[in-house]
Amino acid sequence: MALKDFPREEYVLQGNAACAGCPATMALRTVLKALGKKTVMVVPACCTAVIQSLYPTCSFDIPVMNIAFEACAAGASGIRAALDQQGKHDHTVLSWAGDGGTYDIGLQALSGALERQTNFIYICYNNQIYSNTGIQRSGATPKGAWTTTTVGGKQEFRKDMSEIIRAHHLPYAAQASASRPLDLFEKVKKAKDIKGPRYIEILAPCPPGWRFGMEKTVEMGDLAIDTGAYALFESIDDNVVFNGKSKLILEEKIKPKPIEEWIKNQGRFKHLFYPKRDEKCLAEIQEHYDQMWDRYRKEYL
Amino acid sequence: MKKYDITSCISYPEEGAMGKTGSWRVFRPTLDIKKCVKCLRCWIFCPEGSIKRNKDDTVEINYDYCKGCGVCANVCKVKAITMKRENEKK
Amino acid sequence: MSVMINTGNYIAAKAAVMARPQVVAAYPITPQTTLVEGIANYVESGEYTGEYICVESEHSAMTACIGASEAGSRTFTATSSHGLLLMHEMLHWAALARLPIVMCNINRVIGPGWNIWSDQNDSIAQRDTGWLQIYCSSNQEIFDTIIQSFKLAENKKIVLPVLINYDAFIISHTSMPAYIPDQEEIDDFLPPLNPAWKLDVDNPVAHGTLIGTKYYEKLRRAMHDAQQNAIKLIPKIAKDWEKQFGRNHGDLFEKYQCEDAEYILISMAAIGAESKVAIDNLRKQGIKIGLARLRIFRPFPSEEVIALGKQAELIVIDRNISIGSEGAMFNEIKSALYQQSDAKVTGFIAGLGGKDVPYGDIEKMCKKAIQGKTKNHQIWFGFKEDD
Repeated sequence: MALKDFPREEYVLQGNAACAGCPATMALRTVLKALGKKTVMVVPACCTAVIQSLYPTCSFDIPVMNIAFEACAAGASGIRAALDQQGKHDHTVLSWAGDGGTYDIGLQALSGALERQTNFIYICYNNQIYSNTGIQRSGATPKGAWTTTTVGGKQEFRKDMSEIIRAHHLPYAAQASASRPLDLFEKVKKAKDIKGPRYIEILAPCPPGWRFGMEKTVEMGDLAIDTGAYALFESIDDNVVFNGKSKLILEEKIKPKPIEEWIKNQGRFKHLFYPKRDEKCLAEIQEHYDQMWDRYRKEYL
Repeated sequence: MKKYDITSCISYPEEGAMGKTGSWRVFRPTLDIKKCVKCLRCWIFCPEGSIKRNKDDTVEINYDYCKGCGVCANVCKVKAITMKRENEKK
Repeated sequence: MSVMINTGNYIAAKAAVMARPQVVAAYPITPQTTLVEGIANYVESGEYTGEYICVESEHSAMTACIGASEAGSRTFTATSSHGLLLMHEMLHWAALARLPIVMCNINRVIGPGWNIWSDQNDSIAQRDTGWLQIYCSSNQEIFDTIIQSFKLAENKKIVLPVLINYDAFIISHTSMPAYIPDQEEIDDFLPPLNPAWKLDVDNPVAHGTLIGTKYYEKLRRAMHDAQQNAIKLIPKIAKDWEKQFGRNHGDLFEKYQCEDAEYILISMAAIGAESKVAIDNLRKQGIKIGLARLRIFRPFPSEEVIALGKQAELIVIDRNISIGSEGAMFNEIKSALYQQSDAKVTGFIAGLGGKDVPYGDIEKMCKKAIQGKTKNHQIWFGFKEDD
């Protein structure tokens, strides 16, 4: 598989309302190329609710149901049931939600839909904040990050959502990145051909939210992987396989870059470096990711 | 495309739903086609889908909608795309 | 046709299944539980072949119904009290999205102070969501109303969801006989859904995108116009039903002994049924009184209320209270009469928290109003001895 093998069809139309450098449209283009035309998308309150543009026009060339913030997965359950009744078993129902709508307010509906074995794909594009409402903390925000509601930097670590998802024992779950379209495409394609509840999280570095230049979206995604701040893996019937550089980090074939390499390029962590270095917090952050990888090794190696 | 009679918040797909977003651009990507190796990285990474992929996998930039983020220039491994200030060019 | 002797909930389940919804999504709550259990039994027996989604909350129940309805399927659900309150956000969503979902709500007290008896504050609190609201007073009426409600909701001039309410236990758990038509007769009355719009991969649309103020106002106006259309359509559907099945529970109101009445009692749901006995007794005492049992609370039948006000003095019994204001019916009846009629209207609050409202009490309320001590004033009946 190479980029030249990607379908040419575009389901995200140009002239939409996404910010310049947006990781959500970047990833969604690839996702919809993998899923194709027979896809019905459910979008809760999140950036994508805005990105799709203004009535009476929209920027997505597939059917979309917008739904309340906490309701994405429940809406998908309803659509799936209706499509099955209509014999449209070949249609994919895609929930496309941000981290706020997944980690926080939408967790109950998501857990319910997973437990009910709803036949759908739930994708969380994780930009680690409530971007759409203007950069507030979420359960996915990493420790130390400035947001408008953690003005001195977030005190707590990110919730390990993938572990919560894995506790539902799905036929397919994965972590991918907007910066790795080939990996993302293959994961979505694989998910598409599996029946039952499927979950994919996509790391979505947000230029205005993370405070980096809008040309660096891909770079920030790659750095998160290289420093071990984020891991690429997939879980098929509870068998977890790491891939890309994350596999090499897991197997200790390469050492992850220091976490500072990732965070020093983001304005949201600036207070950890200026006016003077917050050695304690920086060490805690590094230690947190080291521990995360130790745990990964213990469980998945 | 069938339009529904009912008055509800039903929106229909259309290119340029938010207008010609090329007007957002401050920096303009310029492609040196001679350097292009048809790797398609700019095409797949463009958040807007404003890099047109031709049949032979050469690419063109659609300035009507390109928002000028510069991702394409940044991901181009052979530096075939450079960013220039809009007013510098004109 | 057959006769089924069973509780309001089981008869509602029967009606729901016979309406052939493709999707039912529900979450259990007392006293609605036997309704969703009834549907589960029909799933087990094979009588119901649609999708039955046992969701993890009422919020998700309504959301799943919205998803299924947007995908073009007929949907049904049921809830009560706190369940309805949890749905509140999605009730607005369903109505604004113009989805013909039909739902039963078993009127039940709201906590704190857990209490499972009858009280209408749960549904009255949803009056501004855009749902049509119907109140039933017998098991037969529940059956007939559920089938009729799909027809009403799915009519191209309406395309709004319908909430069918009846009292906790007094109706939901009381066995009464109901005539059940054959499936073919129901199918004949209620053909398959032809949705006004839907999510369709061959004709992709996005529903519920950002919308500007000018267009949004149009959505609201269209909903309001659709509700007004229901004022005319509800009696027509009731007549069609009567023609086919020989029963009519009234349309906007069920009127009883109203022809020559100088006083008209307005009540709804179970109190409405109980009121008939009170009317008979008061008539025996020579009082020219009738009953107009309000069936349709949304749209509010203002014109019909004005006609009643021009004929007689009105007595209103509310099993709900808008705290800080008045009973909902009392309030809206007076509002309808404003500058249209000088009719005296006396309001009573009775039966809150499921407190029993027997016909004897209804008689007392009517007499108190007729004696004229209480002009345009609302009384909490039985709350204080010296009221």
